[in-house]
Amino acid sequence: MSTTTVMQERDIKQRTFIQNVFKALGKTGTYAFLLIMALIILFPFYWMIISSLKTLPEYRQAIPTFWPREIMWGNYSEAFKTANLGDLFMNTLYVGVVSTLVSLVITVLSAFAFARLEFKGKETLFGALLATMMIPGELFTITNYITVNQLNWMHTFTALIVPFLVSVFYIYLLRQNFMQIPNELYLAAKVDGTSDLKYLWKVMIPLALPTLISITILKMMGAWNSYIWPKLVANDPAHQMITNGLRNAFTDTTGQANYPVQMAAVAIVSAPLFLVFLFLRKYIMQGVSRSGIKG
Amino acid sequence: MVENKQQWKAWLYLSPAILLLLVFTVWPIFNTLRMAFLNGYGNMAAMGGATFQFGIDNFLKVIEYKKFLDCLKTTAILCVATVPISTTLALLIAVALNSIKPLQKTLQTIFFLPYVTNSIAIGMVFATMFNIVGYNPAEGIADTWGIINNVIEFFGGQPISWINQGSTYTANIAVMIVYIVWNALPFKILILLGGLQSINKQYYDAAKVDGTPKARVLTRITIPLLSPMLAYVIITGFIGGFKEYSSIIGIFGEKMGPPDDAGRLNTMVGFVYDALEKDRQGLASAGALILFVIILLVTIFNNRVIKKHVHY
Repeated sequence: MSTTTVMQERDIKQRTFIQNVFKALGKTGTYAFLLIMALIILFPFYWMIISSLKTLPEYRQAIPTFWPREIMWGNYSEAFKTANLGDLFMNTLYVGVVSTLVSLVITVLSAFAFARLEFKGKETLFGALLATMMIPGELFTITNYITVNQLNWMHTFTALIVPFLVSVFYIYLLRQNFMQIPNELYLAAKVDGTSDLKYLWKVMIPLALPTLISITILKMMGAWNSYIWPKLVANDPAHQMITNGLRNAFTDTTGQANYPVQMAAVAIVSAPLFLVFLFLRKYIMQGVSRSGIKG
Repeated sequence: MVENKQQWKAWLYLSPAILLLLVFTVWPIFNTLRMAFLNGYGNMAAMGGATFQFGIDNFLKVIEYKKFLDCLKTTAILCVATVPISTTLALLIAVALNSIKPLQKTLQTIFFLPYVTNSIAIGMVFATMFNIVGYNPAEGIADTWGIINNVIEFFGGQPISWINQGSTYTANIAVMIVYIVWNALPFKILILLGGLQSINKQYYDAAKVDGTPKARVLTRITIPLLSPMLAYVIITGFIGGFKEYSSIIGIFGEKMGPPDDAGRLNTMVGFVYDALEKDRQGLASAGALILFVIILLVTIFNNRVIKKHVHY
């Protein structure tokens, strides 16, 4: 073996060693970056939970503690009472469930018509519907506020539910899903004398179930997070939604407020969302990546 | 015969959706336009029998209104500051996430968490983190400076009044930027990571064979192939940014500003709702239309710029 090849071999070995070091450094750097970002993302949640468990004097200490010395579960029951969370929860649940159910029926029927039936002006109508999606919601809100007023729906659950029953986007989403189901199935069912509704119920709905679940979750999350519209039309105690109630119960920003109790209330309001996310992560992430809307 | 039956059925199935859309979507488009061009329109007055003249007074009033210009300024600052920061951070996180195997799913879930929160509830948490408790300006001492100020002091800085009495506009905006970026990351990471995972591995293999450096792979392969998703994320980011409203309520409450300067951080959407509640629907409609036009122009501009750089 000549000396040059030996040197070349050593050279190559050394180079791969250096490359490996760089690679390892790169991996460590990547992980370090991700972990730091993850900690920043998680910090507010951590702070919410430990603050909610502190006593007020401990919370007000000049040097903060990173774990409560005395765990105050009482803050949670106090929060429940102060913000009247029980009633708010029931109101929100009622609005969420009713609007989701009715909305699903309307969406399924419309999506079926657009995906399976032939009628004059179908394409034009569908295009017109999609066009309305470009208009910002504030434009609708102004007139809807007047409409709700004139229909005498102010301070009713109806005002919270009816204006948002139809979502063009959900119709679009479900239509796309329905169109993937082969038309032959529908024709076969027709030959067998199956009615439309039975076919919808037995074939299309089971096949489109993931989309329907995504819609349900997004709709429920929408009710849970809605704030602006309820504030305009139904901000009375009997119909108040959970976000409005939470914000109204803790308006004092001067520093005299009982922050641990406030944080406990925030934690209670956030908990259901996390539970839903934990169990239905796949559907939420799928729905969100396709819709790009919050609630 | 079958054709006819299908026609009839289709319209039957569509009827609930069409009826509701006519009342709550189509009618508002015309009515909001109408109200915007009726000088000084107010619904209560209209029901009382008042008539209004056709004209562009509402638009002139909105533009002359100093408060509206302040709202426009705040909205624009928040938009221009948060979209680049959150997009860059989301891109870095998505690329990093895409390059690792262990812990990928766990980290992905963590990064998605801010999405499944109530923006008003978590805004209250951010407010607590920035809040000074028991501050007395005469003594200059507070019970609690808030955890953010504690961290600043730990690194040798001076505590800042972020959202309390006497806080500056800049400090308020800084808090909003932090919160909005935190809130905007999950959606952007989700979309960008989805895009990264659909890039054909062959490009990377080819780069490896050529011995292309990592930075070059990022700028020459990853970003161009990801550009449609980046464009989508940037455009929706701007649209969302121009409609900023509830995140400010989360932190500052309905006062939309620090205790001694209510309304300081009001945005365009806030302006529209304020006018609406004061029964000045003409003004609200004009404001909403101006907002719509601004969003449209920004989107067209974005599209123009992006078209030069996007590779489909």
